[in-house]
Amino acid sequence: MTKLMKHRLFWPVCSLLTLIIVNTIARPRFMKITVRDGELYGALIDILRNSAPLMLVALGMTLVIATRGIDLSVGAVMAVSGAVSLTIIDGSSSPGSTGTVLVAIAAGVGVALLLGVWNGFLVAVLNIQPIIATLVLMLAGRGVALLITDGFITTVNSAPLEYVSTGYLLWLPFAFIIAMTAVVVIAVFERRTALGVLTEAVGINPEASRLAGVRSRGIILGAYVVSGTLAGIAGIIYSSNIRAADANAAGDLIELYAILAVVLGGTSLMGGKFTIAGTVIGVLIIQTLKSTILFLGVSSAQSPVFFAAVVILVVLIQSPRLHRMARGLTGGARPANPAPRSDAEVPA
Amino acid sequence: MPADIDTPPLVSMRGITIRFPGVLALDGVDFVLRAGEVHSVMGENGAGKSTLIKALTGVYAVDSGTIAVAGEERLFGSTADAQQAGISTVYQEVNLCTNLSVGENVMLGHEPRNRWGIDWKASHREAARHLDSLGLQLDTHSLLSSHSIAVQQLVAISRAMVLDARVLILDEPTSSLDRDEVDRLFTVIRDLRDHGVAILFVSHFLEQVYEISDRITVLRNGRLVGEYAAKDLSRGDLVTKMVGRELVELEAISEMAERTIDRATTPVLKATGVGRRGVLEPADLDVYDGEVVGIAGLLGSGRTELVRLLYGADRADVGEVEVHGETARIASPRHAIGHRIAFSSENRHAEGVVADLTVGENIALGIQARRGWHRKLRRAEYDAVVTEYIQALGVRPADPNAVVGTLSGGNQQKVLLARWLATAPELIILDEPTRGIDVGAKADIQRKVAELASQGLSVIFISSELEEVLRLAQRVVVMRDRRRIGVLESRDVDVDGLIDYMANEGEGSVA
Repeated sequence: MTKLMKHRLFWPVCSLLTLIIVNTIARPRFMKITVRDGELYGALIDILRNSAPLMLVALGMTLVIATRGIDLSVGAVMAVSGAVSLTIIDGSSSPGSTGTVLVAIAAGVGVALLLGVWNGFLVAVLNIQPIIATLVLMLAGRGVALLITDGFITTVNSAPLEYVSTGYLLWLPFAFIIAMTAVVVIAVFERRTALGVLTEAVGINPEASRLAGVRSRGIILGAYVVSGTLAGIAGIIYSSNIRAADANAAGDLIELYAILAVVLGGTSLMGGKFTIAGTVIGVLIIQTLKSTILFLGVSSAQSPVFFAAVVILVVLIQSPRLHRMARGLTGGARPANPAPRSDAEVPA
Repeated sequence: MPADIDTPPLVSMRGITIRFPGVLALDGVDFVLRAGEVHSVMGENGAGKSTLIKALTGVYAVDSGTIAVAGEERLFGSTADAQQAGISTVYQEVNLCTNLSVGENVMLGHEPRNRWGIDWKASHREAARHLDSLGLQLDTHSLLSSHSIAVQQLVAISRAMVLDARVLILDEPTSSLDRDEVDRLFTVIRDLRDHGVAILFVSHFLEQVYEISDRITVLRNGRLVGEYAAKDLSRGDLVTKMVGRELVELEAISEMAERTIDRATTPVLKATGVGRRGVLEPADLDVYDGEVVGIAGLLGSGRTELVRLLYGADRADVGEVEVHGETARIASPRHAIGHRIAFSSENRHAEGVVADLTVGENIALGIQARRGWHRKLRRAEYDAVVTEYIQALGVRPADPNAVVGTLSGGNQQKVLLARWLATAPELIILDEPTRGIDVGAKADIQRKVAELASQGLSVIFISSELEEVLRLAQRVVVMRDRRRIGVLESRDVDVDGLIDYMANEGEGSVA
């Protein structure tokens, strides 16, 4: 039991289960999943479907954070990739053809990849602080998206494009399948190659890694490229869902939700050790919470406060310091007096 | 003129003891500072110099002992208390606000006020007066960052004068100054001394210590060795007192190291005139197959700087390097690793181990970095390598899944050595591999180095403990004040001879 509690995913999983249980008690239909024409429907399925863009973005953010970085530009990259894709579809003679949509999606994601290269270049090659480097694109990206769409919200009617967000494959929402595929591919890739451990080494101690001969520059650059590309895919799913490229609303604030998901999942903002499974749980916590707010009918004016209150609660549940205090209160052995001046430097 | 011994002490520290978890940083140290003297505190790294200063400036609380300023016993709970008592410190890295003007920095917190708030005109006038008294004519409106480090340091001293400092502590103030700037600083220091300020000076540069000091206090391993008048203490004696003579019987190792190196062959590494402006004067170094070349020199002598340039950790701006007789360009650690050169930094925590990774991951890191991320070590190879080197070096605990940050210093050092040996290097550079680790681990590491060298590995070995250098090395390169001053065959010299050479050889000449 204590071993289970020490697992780094124990508290994130607890938080998620608590949310689900609260929902189930509040509305027994929450857990109900129905099958219609070989497709699954229900509140849980909606959560999975709607979580896809955040899942993709948070996945990339996990890698970037592991290198001690941060990517604030993901929302803007979503806007750009949506704008590129929908402008191509809108301008084509056959917006309903699968070929057109595939080309458009490839173009949108390709541009997002290049934006990731740009971020990576600023951080890894020019050594600009990540928060500043990606802030540039965060501010400029939406402007670029507006230029691409001529300042309008480009709307399209294209069945193949709609399939991306609303379609089903093997009983499950296609958007969820995309997100899960990305999660599995990246998780396997990081752990089957040495990329994962080298990324952690760079994040924990960049100088020691450099002296050990790790190509830290390439690893950091790669993380931003992955983040940009995944944000690009997220942008397509978002645009597909609203059938429009909205440069201002696409991915609005998603960078902050993604950071929140990563942290809720147990990856430290200090970089180093990261957990993709934790990020997936973090995203599901956020998405379940959003769904709860909608269901409970919290007014839109109050919902941010409600959201924040629950997030604080979740963070407190996971806080190691609070765990220690709780143990002290429940009569467990009090921790020994902390070593005096433990922060003092110990001369060699 | 310099205060004589009968002047009553301005600062008197008695029986100062400071304990850190597991370490006795200062053990009953006495220290006396008189008004109107420049007093140097000398000692190798870890001797307790910086701890002593931090006790005096209120950064650390003392566990026992007393501090009296002007005869009045004080208890410093914070740096503010120490400043209140008239003790000011100028650190190596200037602790001023570089984005404010010179005048603002000098007067910060002590600006003259009128009824509209701060009187900036008067403030700058006052600042100019203080600067002028140190012989500094500066535009007080100019940004501090627009001036050299030397001028910034003088500004920091002016600021101390505004605070009415009676005691001025200068911690490595000259480490980034050139000769002219040092002269300028020394003129100011002498002037302050003649006005009755007590000055505590810390520097690794022996020559400067002798140039400026009236008195010298030597610390070693947290204990007081003694207080001496600078003119009565020869350089050789000073170095002996700093380094100490604690011998460990390691006969077998020195026997293993006592062999003739065939220097008719092509050297594994031959560096000619490698240097970097402001860091190291161009220096030569060559290492042959199976040879251990020691580098002897005090901290700051350029020994670390030299090997960092050779490894590409820092970039040399002059000089040529040949590996096995062929010109090699080494501008980054990866280049060096490509030439099968390995480097273990003196700074184990910041530049060596990756603390949150496991013992196994740390050992495999060198190999993995060489292979690149796409060719991960197979599980079986990984297990084999990790197990082999944990055993070969006697890492404790012998658990590949233990997190390295939880190991003792000696075991971390062994992990670091294992990482490099696993990459099968031809030359390994070890910078202070035995610093801060227990006696047993020290002997383990020396034995391993001697053993590997006798099997053909070339080694560059740096240690503050000269016995270790002489025991392991066939030749010793001697450095002082960022300059290579010579090379000795270690069979021709003993520790005293080496100390004498370090302190006196090449005096006044420019290599």
